[in-house]
Amino acid sequence: MSQALKFAGKFKSGIGLIGLIIVLSFLSEYFLTLPNLLNVTRQVSINAILAFGMTFVILTGGIDLSVGSILALTSAITAGLLSTGYDVVIAILAGLLLGAILGLFSGILVAKAKMPPFIVTLGMMTIARGFTLIYSGGRPISGFNKTFRFLGAGYLGIIPFPVVIMIIILLICYIVLRKTSFGRYVYAVGGNEKATKLSGINTDAIKMSVYAISGFLAAVSGIILTSRLNSAQPTAGTGYELDAIAAVVLGGTSLAGGQGGVIGTIMGALIIGVLNNGLNLLNVSSFYQLVAKGAVILIAVFLDRRSQQAE
Amino acid sequence: MLKSRFASIMIIFVLSIILVLSGTVMAKGVKVGLAISTLNNPFFVDLKNGAEEEANKLGIELLVVDAQDDAAKQLSSIEDLIMKRVDVLIINPVDGDAIVSAIELANQAKIPVITVDRGANGGKVACHIASDNVAGGKMVAEFIAKKLNGKGNVVELQGIPGTSAARDRGKGFHEGLKNYSDIKIIASQPANFNRAEGMAVMENILQAHRNIDAVFAHNDSMALGALEAIEASGRLDEIIVVGFDAINDALKAIKEGKLAATIAQKPALMGQMAVETAQKIINGGKVEEYIPVPLMLVVE
Repeated sequence: MSQALKFAGKFKSGIGLIGLIIVLSFLSEYFLTLPNLLNVTRQVSINAILAFGMTFVILTGGIDLSVGSILALTSAITAGLLSTGYDVVIAILAGLLLGAILGLFSGILVAKAKMPPFIVTLGMMTIARGFTLIYSGGRPISGFNKTFRFLGAGYLGIIPFPVVIMIIILLICYIVLRKTSFGRYVYAVGGNEKATKLSGINTDAIKMSVYAISGFLAAVSGIILTSRLNSAQPTAGTGYELDAIAAVVLGGTSLAGGQGGVIGTIMGALIIGVLNNGLNLLNVSSFYQLVAKGAVILIAVFLDRRSQQAE
Repeated sequence: MLKSRFASIMIIFVLSIILVLSGTVMAKGVKVGLAISTLNNPFFVDLKNGAEEEANKLGIELLVVDAQDDAAKQLSSIEDLIMKRVDVLIINPVDGDAIVSAIELANQAKIPVITVDRGANGGKVACHIASDNVAGGKMVAEFIAKKLNGKGNVVELQGIPGTSAARDRGKGFHEGLKNYSDIKIIASQPANFNRAEGMAVMENILQAHRNIDAVFAHNDSMALGALEAIEASGRLDEIIVVGFDAINDALKAIKEGKLAATIAQKPALMGQMAVETAQKIINGGKVEEYIPVPLMLVVE
């Protein structure tokens, strides 16, 4: 029995997700159909990829508020390069590189200048949004060829392509965090930074890396979103950083750092996505949807705290 | 451990039963989806209410989703409506380019699409229902020119750059003022259809320009924000403000003598016409590609 409890404790978010799925299947006949489940995973993929990067940052005890704006800026730059006739590969690589550099810049300020992550990434969020508006002139950028559409709208068999990308990134993140020394150091920095530094590990490098990873994955999300909408929106990604943080927290990763992982995060992202999709199918007003989303986050974290105290 | 395995087998069993059942439940009645750009704006709330009233009258089930001005969220919620197999989709796009993906999905699913207020830049749309914004902008130009006796300095607060409403209202306004060489547009600034931004932008313009005779805001929210700024600066008696949309707050401000005029679009009528058109399509009738919704100038 205690074993079963332990198991349940470890996969709380998974159990929550299954519970939500069961309830919604009874409430809406459209919910538990294969096309709709594929539809949900495709909708979730963008937030999930952002949230994977956010997981790395939060594991070190930091936070990254700039992901939504970095998403918008990479989206605009990639779309701009595409619409002026650059090759698809070049445009995508430029976007990815830009995301990683912006993240690295935040990381340097956090690690080397010892500035609080909240402030650094708040500044980066505002700067990136400003550059997005400057570059796009406040107008959506569109008009690129059909090959690029495949990223966001294509399929691999029956699986939507964004979902394929999400699963690949999930696997890589899982392996990096669980099977490599870099992953161990990420947990160590979040668990006890002083002790980690004293044991001779370059904590600055670890910190800079996690923000670069977060920026890079924000760029991946931005490129998928651009392809999905067939245009870059100057206001894209507004508020997405909070959805990403919510997914991480719902997945049981501690905001204090050192505890959690990407499997929890994907569960968290799926809970948010399933909730949005289910409430849409049930024809619930979007105003109530916001209340429901907030309540779910609070309840989940409350239960998490309770179970931790019980241990 | 054994217990948890048993539980998971049970869950899978229950899920598969539901999966089978869900496929067999058949939907009935006529369903129309309405995807709104944002319900944080009274204009679109009126549009939704008009559509809902008409749907109730015709016995249509209307499914409303709100994108909160996020093009990606709009695409997701339209995907959800397509899952529900609505008979017709009425879309009020967040953005004319971004909505094309959603319209193409509806085309593939053979669901007819009606766009309201904002148009789409691609995909197959059965009918577009919108106010004639260019004509509205011209009406404002004429009104201001008459009020100023053909001479003065005018400020323009623009809507979200790139939206067709901002483009067309601006275009009509500029065209209308071409006939009056003594009226100068001394500042044109975007305030994104937003009340708080309308106030902030107007505050800055008031600092920069001593002589302002009239303000035209591309929508009432910005006009009311600008009014706050003008009132605070104590220059309300020398500046006339004209809005666009005739939302309730604006009509109140006109009654109080603060706002000079606004252009009444008829959002409720627009919603009503959209549902009527949807019913026509379902009955297999022919519909026009563009249905203009009449406008009027409101001065009291």
